[in-house]
Amino acid sequence: MDPLTLLSSVAILGGLGLTFGVLIAVSSAKLKVWEDPRIDAVNNLLPGVNCGACGYVGCLPFAEALIAGDAPPAQCTVMGPDETGDVADYLGVETGQVSQVVARLLCAGSAPVAPWKADYFGVESCAAAVAVGGGGKGCPWGCVGLDDCTVACDFDAIEMSPLGLPVVDPEKCTACNDCVEACPLDLFVLMPMDHHLIVQCKNLLDGEAATDVCAVACNACRRCVQDAEEGLISMQSNLAVIDYDNIAAQNEKAVERCPTNAIIWLEGAQFAEGVPGKSTDGAPPGAESLAMS
Amino acid sequence: MLERLSFRHGVHPPDSKGLTATIPIRRMPFPDQIILPLRQHAGNPAKPLVRPGDHVERCDKVAEADGFVSVPIHSSGAGTVKAIQRWPHPDGSLSEAVIIDLDKYSPQLPRPRMVPHWEGLTPEEVIRAVQEAGVVGLGGAAFPTHVKLSPPKDVKLEFLLVNGVECEPYLTTDHRLMAERPERVHLGIRIMMKTLGVERCVVGVEKNKPDAIEALRRTAPDDLDVTIQPLTVKYPQGAEKMLIKAVTGREVPAGKLPMHVGVVVQNVGSLSAIAEVFDTGFPLVERVVTVTGPGVLKPANLIIPVGTRLREVLDYCGGLTDDVNEIVFGGPMMGFSQPDLDAPIIKGTTGIVALTKAQAHPETVYPCIKCGRCLDACPVFLNPSLLGILAQAGRYEEMAEHDLMTCMLCGCCSYVCPSNIPLSQMFALGKTMLRKTREKQQEKTAADDGKAA
Repeated sequence: MDPLTLLSSVAILGGLGLTFGVLIAVSSAKLKVWEDPRIDAVNNLLPGVNCGACGYVGCLPFAEALIAGDAPPAQCTVMGPDETGDVADYLGVETGQVSQVVARLLCAGSAPVAPWKADYFGVESCAAAVAVGGGGKGCPWGCVGLDDCTVACDFDAIEMSPLGLPVVDPEKCTACNDCVEACPLDLFVLMPMDHHLIVQCKNLLDGEAATDVCAVACNACRRCVQDAEEGLISMQSNLAVIDYDNIAAQNEKAVERCPTNAIIWLEGAQFAEGVPGKSTDGAPPGAESLAMS
Repeated sequence: MLERLSFRHGVHPPDSKGLTATIPIRRMPFPDQIILPLRQHAGNPAKPLVRPGDHVERCDKVAEADGFVSVPIHSSGAGTVKAIQRWPHPDGSLSEAVIIDLDKYSPQLPRPRMVPHWEGLTPEEVIRAVQEAGVVGLGGAAFPTHVKLSPPKDVKLEFLLVNGVECEPYLTTDHRLMAERPERVHLGIRIMMKTLGVERCVVGVEKNKPDAIEALRRTAPDDLDVTIQPLTVKYPQGAEKMLIKAVTGREVPAGKLPMHVGVVVQNVGSLSAIAEVFDTGFPLVERVVTVTGPGVLKPANLIIPVGTRLREVLDYCGGLTDDVNEIVFGGPMMGFSQPDLDAPIIKGTTGIVALTKAQAHPETVYPCIKCGRCLDACPVFLNPSLLGILAQAGRYEEMAEHDLMTCMLCGCCSYVCPSNIPLSQMFALGKTMLRKTREKQQEKTAADDGKAA
């Protein structure tokens, strides 16, 4: 082979490489965008689950907000106190005071207290049961307990109790909203832990009609409305509704005369002493026991 | 000649109609109490006109229509309104209902005519009278009949197609109506044809009802062009679109109505109800219901006042056997399982089927083996296997892309599935979820528009 051809190709390719190398070097210097290195560092300290519970789209936008000083580190509900401390130390700020938000279930109708009228056979999902007429639970507003929320929870924070009610572990709950979206009956709400007053019911019946389908249903007796601070609780469509904008006025007095324990004063975890009703050792629920499929 | 008119796909469940096919229709006594849900028809629920304590006569209007796609509800007996409250509805919910304690020892006498004679009426007046009489499709869906009678002006109708197929197993209400009261059916056809201004009428009847075909042929009027068309037995031939395909060979495009191919379909039960309304002058306050299934001691075809509780109907039919496991309103293929024996009979209740443990029991669900039987069964040519997989994954939007909305929940796929996968329930779920998403989106756009304004 002609040595000249060899040399010329080396020269051309080498020249091209040199030209582009210089171009890249120049443009990299000219077009440089400075990014706060702390963003990356803070982002690495955050849990990285992108759950959105802090109100930001993911962990990176939250890291930016932390550095801009728009949010306190405690706003991340996934981190424990140690991790929050690490972030605060790194940024040289206070951890901040954000009362912990957790998912609360607005139903206490476990199998023994809210009996099923019929057995349900079909797709094992709450949404599917509700799509075909509620699956046969006596109270059509109540939890059907077919695990849509426990499946939706990414943090293992919800466990189905043997009596058919999901129990939320506040330690693990990050208030990510997944269970709220998964529940076809809209029974989950996100609520700060220091909201102690809660109506664990969505039943729209009143009087005996309500207690016939569930022993712990709100029967619209209005006692809590009278006992609470003026305007805190109102009766809407036969259901006691708490105005959480006025929650500062909450008082244990409101729950004292409730005949069914539908409204309760909650400290810490929900159903901490077990879900209502005694275990019946797996006896099938349902009085007339018709099948639904 | 061998006629084999039918549609493609579909299934052949055992028709099980022998229990009641030969039992004449008879009247059930009035119960002590009737429950009239305000939502008995497709469209807006009716608005109550009475208050607790009011006394109503038989056929008095207790609730009025709310809008065009809605019908009034009339009391099926004379009595006193006890309450208007939530009551178990056959769809599984608790819905508002008017509860009336019927007068004891009341003769429940017929009253002076409330509906005018039809001969002198213009089509508009007939349509008005049909709505006022509370007539809905009695084939199960309970779609207000007057809406079907009022096609848009630009639609050209060629003929009236009468649905006497009754393809659901067990049910024999339409069968008995055609066999016993063919004149009523023909009078209904006459009124319909005049109101719609169509020249031809075809009555589709499956061949497993030879006595009905014979009775309709024997009484067919000479001055009308009415053809009685026997059809090969197959499920779901009674579905509007399948029937049109079977009789005319025309296919109704997805998302279109039968009127877009020049046809109006009416169920024989609805026709006979229209005839009865104009004949007797009473609104729709009772209907024929087949009470059947191996779980009922004395199966029967009964005329039942609307609002009678399921429990009382079963008691009247001798009660239930010990091994009853499931009670269904409607047929076993598309009907609704009833969790509550206090649910009332409503206008759309075609039958009550009590199934035993041997027929209705939970079966182990196995994974899909991609055998394709559901594809061969689906009368609207969907891919139920794929849709089922998407439903399990919660990918409802993709189900919509695969034409989930064409599915009419006939249950053929679930019936043939060798793995016992409850496909049609998954599709009911998919439809519900899609509707919810659409509603949320609409709310959101409405809220955004509100903000922008």
